[in-house]
Amino acid sequence: MTARRINLRVNGRTVEAEVEVRVSLADFLRGQLGLTGTHLGCEHGVCGACTLIVDRRPVRACLMLAVQADGSNVETVESLGTREALSPLQQAFSDHHALQCGFCTPGMLMTLEAYLRDHPAPTREEIREVLSGNLCRCTGYQGIVDAALQAAQVRRAPA
Amino acid sequence: MSTRYFGAPVARIEDPRLLTGGGRYVDDIVLPGMLHAAFLRSPVAHGRIRSIDRSAALAIPGIHAVYTMTDFAGIASGPMPPMAPHPLLQTPITCRPLTDDEVRYAGEPIAIVIADSRASAEDALAAIALDIEHLPAAADARAAAAKAAPRVHTERESNLIATMRGTHGKVDAVFASAAHRFTESFATHRGGCHGMECRGVVASVDGPSGDLTLFTSSQSPYMVRRFLSSYLGRDESGIRVVAPDVGGGFGPKANVYPEEFAVALAAIRCGRPVKWIEDRQEHFLATTQQRDQFWTLEVACDAHGRMLGVRGCCIHDNGAYAPYGLILPATALASFPGPYALQAFDIAIDVVLTNLVPTSPVRGAGRPNTAFVLERLADGVARRLGLPREEVRRRSFVRAEQMPYVTGGKMRDGSPVAYDSGDYIGALDLVLDKIDAAGFERRRGEAAKRGRLLGLGLASCVEDTGLGPFEGASVRVTPSGKVVVSTGAASQGQGHATVFAQIAADALGVAIGDVIVRSADTSAFPLGLSTIASRIAVTAGSSVEIAARKVRDKAIKVAAQLLEVAEHDLDINDGAVHVAGVRDMKVTLATIARTLSGAAGVALPKEIEPDLAATGYFETSQLAFAYGSQACEVEIDPETGDAKIIRYVVAHDCGRLINPKLVDGQIRGGVVHGIGNALFERMRHDVSGQPLTTTYGDYLLPAASEMPDIEIHHIETPSPRNPIGVKGAGEGGTIPAAAWVISAIEDALGSRAPPITMHPVSPENILEWLKTIKA
Amino acid sequence: MKPSAFAYHDPRSSDDLMALLARLDNAKLLAGGQSLMPMLNLRLVAPDHLIDINRIPELAGVRLSAERVEVGAMTRQADLLVSRDLASVAPVLAQALAHVGHVQTRSRGTIGGSCCHLDPAAELPAVCALLDAEFDVIGPNGARLVPASDWFQGYLQSALDEREILRAIRWRPWSRGHGHGFHEYARRHGDFAIAGAAALLEFTADRSIRRAAVVVFGVEPAPRRLRQTESALLGRQLDDDALAAAAEEARSLDAMSDVHVSAEYRRHIAGVVTRRALADAGQAAEVAA
Repeated sequence: MTARRINLRVNGRTVEAEVEVRVSLADFLRGQLGLTGTHLGCEHGVCGACTLIVDRRPVRACLMLAVQADGSNVETVESLGTREALSPLQQAFSDHHALQCGFCTPGMLMTLEAYLRDHPAPTREEIREVLSGNLCRCTGYQGIVDAALQAAQVRRAPA
Repeated sequence: MSTRYFGAPVARIEDPRLLTGGGRYVDDIVLPGMLHAAFLRSPVAHGRIRSIDRSAALAIPGIHAVYTMTDFAGIASGPMPPMAPHPLLQTPITCRPLTDDEVRYAGEPIAIVIADSRASAEDALAAIALDIEHLPAAADARAAAAKAAPRVHTERESNLIATMRGTHGKVDAVFASAAHRFTESFATHRGGCHGMECRGVVASVDGPSGDLTLFTSSQSPYMVRRFLSSYLGRDESGIRVVAPDVGGGFGPKANVYPEEFAVALAAIRCGRPVKWIEDRQEHFLATTQQRDQFWTLEVACDAHGRMLGVRGCCIHDNGAYAPYGLILPATALASFPGPYALQAFDIAIDVVLTNLVPTSPVRGAGRPNTAFVLERLADGVARRLGLPREEVRRRSFVRAEQMPYVTGGKMRDGSPVAYDSGDYIGALDLVLDKIDAAGFERRRGEAAKRGRLLGLGLASCVEDTGLGPFEGASVRVTPSGKVVVSTGAASQGQGHATVFAQIAADALGVAIGDVIVRSADTSAFPLGLSTIASRIAVTAGSSVEIAARKVRDKAIKVAAQLLEVAEHDLDINDGAVHVAGVRDMKVTLATIARTLSGAAGVALPKEIEPDLAATGYFETSQLAFAYGSQACEVEIDPETGDAKIIRYVVAHDCGRLINPKLVDGQIRGGVVHGIGNALFERMRHDVSGQPLTTTYGDYLLPAASEMPDIEIHHIETPSPRNPIGVKGAGEGGTIPAAAWVISAIEDALGSRAPPITMHPVSPENILEWLKTIKA
Repeated sequence: MKPSAFAYHDPRSSDDLMALLARLDNAKLLAGGQSLMPMLNLRLVAPDHLIDINRIPELAGVRLSAERVEVGAMTRQADLLVSRDLASVAPVLAQALAHVGHVQTRSRGTIGGSCCHLDPAAELPAVCALLDAEFDVIGPNGARLVPASDWFQGYLQSALDEREILRAIRWRPWSRGHGHGFHEYARRHGDFAIAGAAALLEFTADRSIRRAAVVVFGVEPAPRRLRQTESALLGRQLDDDALAAAAEEARSLDAMSDVHVSAEYRRHIAGVVTRRALADAGQAAEVAA
C-alpha cells in the first residue's frame, strides 16, 4: 500500500488528504497543502528549519511521515499571525532583527512558541539552550535571543 | 534633504512577509506541468566513465528522461564559460554542465533524471548502472603541487595552474637590514557555505516565444543570464533569470553552476518546466567551498617590534576546476598588507588543482586567511621580542594621518590600492578599552582559581568593500504616489530592500511604507553584476540615491511650473512638493506622476520628459575600506581542552550607517561564522578524495548554545568615495574572527605553549599543547 | 533526500504487531523516528516494510511499584524528562535526558528506540546499563527478559532477534538517598557525546560506600560498566585516590576514533567525565545521608 487517506487538523482547520506513505510531514504540508512557510534545510534532523508543533509539541517535520500525523493537531508558522497583525513573538523578531534571510525563521518561531507556552519566564541561557537545535547562518543568534526574551515579557504582561 | 530614515534602525520591510511564512524561495515555486530533477553524481574523486546503463531507471514509473551531455548536443555543448577570466589562466578551467567521460571530484554531476517527483527521481538514480574506472586522485594541495602527483585532469601536465605574485617595495633590502626576522608556517582551513537554504533552480520554456525563464537561488542572476546566453547561443532578451527570496548566499551562490545549466538544458530538451532542489548532502559535495591554504611567511621587524616587511608563499587548494577564475587566491593576495604599514612585501600564491569540489569565496573570501597570517605574525613578533601584542600593532599600523594610504597592493584591474579613511589604532584602543583589557590579568587570576585558563585575544583587519564597476537602480513614482525602486542587486537576507527604501524615502520625502523595492529580476532592470565582496550598499545604495535625487529634482522642476514659483522656493516631504513655509501651496508627487504619465492631446510641462522616473548607475573604480578591531576572552577547561568564548567586543567602521540594526546583524552573523572557522568547521576528505564530512553530524556549525553575546561599537568615518558615505559591512565580522579566537587561546595557554599556527583548532589540539607545557 | 519506497503498517495492538512481525520480511520498526528517519532519508537503509509502532498505547507509560520501575519502550523522552515519579526514584535519568538531543527530538524520540538503535554515545542505554535494567522483549515465539549484561551485542546491535520488539525496560530502584552523577563532554549542547559517564552510590552511616555503579559511554561501541572500580569502592571512602583509580579504569577502555576525535583523546575524556560523575554522586549521596 503506497498511499493512505489521512485526516488531521492543520492550523485549526480540518484537512482530509490522500498521501504517499513515504512523504514527510514537511513535504506534505508544503507540497499538498501549499503551506510553504515550513522549510527543509537538511532532511536529517539537525538544522531545525522544519520545526513545527504537533499535538502541542515541537517536532522536526522532516523526521515525521505525513501518515503519522493522521488524527493529530498540526500548527505551522502560518498560524502565528498575519502580516498586518504579527504575534508578539513575530513582532519581537522584527524589533530585534532576529531574521535576515528568513529561511530558518519559521523553525525558530515554532520552537520558541512551543517553549514559551510552557516556560513563560526563561533566562538568556535557557533560550540559547532551547535554540541549540535550530541552526542559523545569518544572524549569529543574538537577535533571536533578545526577541525571545521580549516576547516572553510581552506574553506575561496582563492583557 | 531629509535624513528621517538614513541612520535610523528602521524595521525591515521584508520582515512581515518572511515572519508569516510568506517567503518565496525557489522550492516554493510551482509551475504547471513541472517535473523534478535529481543528479547522478560521481561516486569517486577521479574516474573515467566506461558506460552508463539507463534502461532500468527509465523503466521506473514516473521517470520521464535520463539525460547525459550528449542528449543536449542539439542545444549546446562544451565547457561552461569562465566567470572571471584572468591573464594567468590562458585556458579557462571549467566543467561541463554534465561531465564528459572524465570526472574530477566526488559529486561531479554526470547525468540528470527528470521525473514526476524528487523521490522517484532518486529511485531512478539508484537504478542507473554506472561503470566507472577509478583514476588516481590528488586530495591534498601540497601533495598535488609535487611533480609526481596524480594529475587532477589527465590531460594537464601539472596541477599548478598559476602562481600569483604581489610585491611592493625593496624586499631584499628591508629584510637584510632588519633587526629581527623569523619564519612561520600556517595552515588555514575554511569550510563551506551552509546557508540554511541549499541551492535550487526552476527552469521553464515558454512554448510560443521559446523564452527561457530561470528561478535560481543565486547571488548573481545577471551572470547566470549572461553565461547561459553565451552558452546557448541565444540573445539575453530571450532569457529571464530571477533570484527570488534566497536563504543565505555567503559567496558560493555567486558562482554560475553546472546544475543551473543542466536544468535549463533539460527544460529545453523535454519541453516542460524542471525543478531541481539541492539537498544538504549535495551541498556538501557539489557547492563550492573554501578549504586549505598553506602559508610559509617570513616577517622582518625593527628592534622595537615595528613590522617592516613580509615575504613568503602559499599553496592554495583550488579544487578540480576554476569556475571562479583566480578570484579567491587573488583576494587573499590583495588583502596584504592589511592594516600594517609595511615597507615591503613579496607574496607568491601557488594555485593548485585537487580532485575535490572547486573552491571559491566564502564570506570574507581570502581576506580571513590573510588577516589570520598577519595577526599571527604580529603576535609572533610580540612574543619573540617580549612586547605587548597591542604595542606591535600601535607601532606597525597605518596611522590615521597617513590617509589616504597607498599600500603597495594592486586591485583586480591592476590599479594601486589606497585606503581611503580610517583610524586603525583608534579602533584597537577602543576595543581594548571596552573589553577592559586593563583589568584582564585580574580576571585571569580569578579564572585560575576556578581551575580555568583565561585568554585575551585581539585581531584587526581592513576590508575592501564597494567593488565596482557599478550597480544600478531606477526609481519611479506611480500615479498613486507609490515609489517603486528597481535594481539588479540580489539579496540573500541582508535587508537591501529596507536600505534602498530608506534612501529613496529620504530623497523623495515619502513614508517608507510607500516605497516598493523590486530586485534581482533580469527582465525588470537591465543590468546587474553580483552580490559579493560587501559591495551592494555602496554601489546599489548609491545608485538608488542618484536615481532618487534625479526624480526629486524633476518633481521640483515640474512643481515649479505647476505652482508658478521658483525651484529654490520649494521643499519636498509628506509625498508632496510644497512652497517652503507654505504647506498648503503644494502639488503631490502622485499628481506630478499622473501628469507626466500623459493624457491624450494634453501637452506635458515645458522641457519635461514623460514619466516621473530616473535611472542611476553608481560607477566606481575605487574601493571603500571598512576596518575594525575585535577582542575577546576565551576560557579553556584544561581537563577537556574545551574553549568557550565568554566575551566579545567589536569596534567597526563601515562609514555612515544606513540602518544600524542591519549593520549589527551583519557583524554578528559574520563573527559567528568566523568562530565556526576557528573552532568547529572542517571539511574532511580521505586520501582518495572521498568527502568524509557530509552531514551535520560530521560537520559542526556554530549553534546558539555556544555563541557569545557580541558587543559592537561603531565608528562612522564617512567614505569620500560615494555619495552616501557608506562602506560595506557584510564580511568585516568574519575577517579577523578566527585570528582573535586563536590569539585568545594562545594567550590562555601561556608563553610556554607552542605558537598556534592553524585553524580550526579542536579541544584535542588544545590538550596536546597543554601537554607540551607540562612536559 | 527522500526515502526509497516501502509498505507502511501501523498496528493498533500488540497482537497485530506480532502478526506483522511473524509474516513480514525486511521490515523495520518505526518508533520515534529520530534515528531511523535520517537513515531512511539518506537511503542508508531501504526496508520493504515500515512498521509504525506509535499507535500501540500499551507500549508507553511509566509504572512504579515499591520493588520495580517499569518504563514502556514507546515512552517519549520528553515525557520521561517531566515525570516526577522517575525524578524521585532515578534522578540520574532526568540528568541524562537533559543531554539527549534537542527539545524537538525528545518530543518524538523514545527510550525504547534509543535502547534498540544503540548509538555508542546514547545516554539512555548507558543509564539502563547503570541501573542493571532488564529488557522485556516479545516476539511471535513468546516473551523473554534480557538482562543489561546481555543486551549490548556490539556496534548498533542489540539482543533483539529480527522479529522481536522491546516492550518495556524495568529495574529495581536504588534506595532513597542514593547519590547520582552524570557528566558528558560534547562540542555543542545536544551533540553526541565524545564520552560520558554516570554513577550511582549508596553510603553507610559512616560514609563508606556500600553500593556503587559506574558506566562509561561513547567510548566503546557499547556502554561499559567499570566493574573493577565498582568492587574497589565497596567499603571505602570516596577520596581522591578512589576517584583517580576510577578515572584510570575509564582510560583503559578500547576507545573508538572518528572524524571528530582520536581514540587517545576519547580515553582521556572518559577519565575526566568518570571522575566528575563519581564526585558528583558522592556529593549528592552525602546530602541525602
